Amino acid sequence: MLSQDLKTYLVVAALLLIIGVYGVVQRRSFIGMLISAELILAGAGLNFMAFNRFLAPEPAVGQVFTLIIMGIAAAETAIGVSFILAVYRQFRTIDPIQLNELQESIPGQTPGADDDTVMPRGEEPGDQDI
Amino acid sequence: MSWADIFLEAVFYVFVLLTVFGGLLAVRTQILMYTVLGAAVAFLGVAGLFMFLGSLFLSMMQILIYLGAICIVLVFGIMVGHTPRQVAEQGIRGQNLLLAVPACFAAIVLLRSAVGRTVWPPVPVAERDFSLYAVGEKLLEQYGLAFELISVLLLISIIGAIVVVTVKEDPR
Repeated sequence: MLSQDLKTYLVVAALLLIIGVYGVVQRRSFIGMLISAELILAGAGLNFMAFNRFLAPEPAVGQVFTLIIMGIAAAETAIGVSFILAVYRQFRTIDPIQLNELQESIPGQTPGADDDTVMPRGEEPGDQDI
Repeated sequence: MSWADIFLEAVFYVFVLLTVFGGLLAVRTQILMYTVLGAAVAFLGVAGLFMFLGSLFLSMMQILIYLGAICIVLVFGIMVGHTPRQVAEQGIRGQNLLLAVPACFAAIVLLRSAVGRTVWPPVPVAERDFSLYAVGEKLLEQYGLAFELISVLLLISIIGAIVVVTVKEDPR
């Protein structure tokens, strides 16, 4: 009976965590990173519930903790989406590669000559709507 | 083992598969809308696993908060910056891929071996009260401070979201 075994839930939660970390590393958009962070939080909640069910002497504690994790996830999503909205109004794009205003680069030089990244660089954001 | 047990076990496997493959769909697809769809499927699977862990309340809360609130907000965020032809995310095979795949594979192997080797001590069970009554009592008596803090955090984040969105556009 795999459904009555603690290790099954732990492995599923670990898979969710790893999938989320992979998404955060590899995604190229703010929304994708945000969703991957949500997957990590869901895996953490599943872990708490599994330990709560099988190991905790008081079964209500893990449920309280998981509820708090859900609240934090909701707050994080609200803040993240509002950031995306603000960034879009400022720069007219939400592509993270084009948001390089703080990156150290001299306009006369060829882009990418002085740092390790070989990512294609967009034009300076905000120039086109003056 | 009766037929009902076998059926329950099959449902459990279905929820596990929904969780894992929903997560994989969420990180591997190029269409951003499918990303939210995959995350929603994974959250639904987690809600089913919560039900198997004995808490119908948390399962319902998972569906309500994650599927009902977070996914809708994410879809709204996707629809802001893109016309529908541009919703696909470019360059998903980035240069991080060669690092991300082996790192994640090594991490899952390590975690799996750690889970397999650990001997969990059995718990002296006094009474196991999974009921909603016990959760509410804990939430309002013993963990009242955490409850208040999470309420304040949600309030602050909502106000902060409104402030961030309504900030004046920089004339450039």
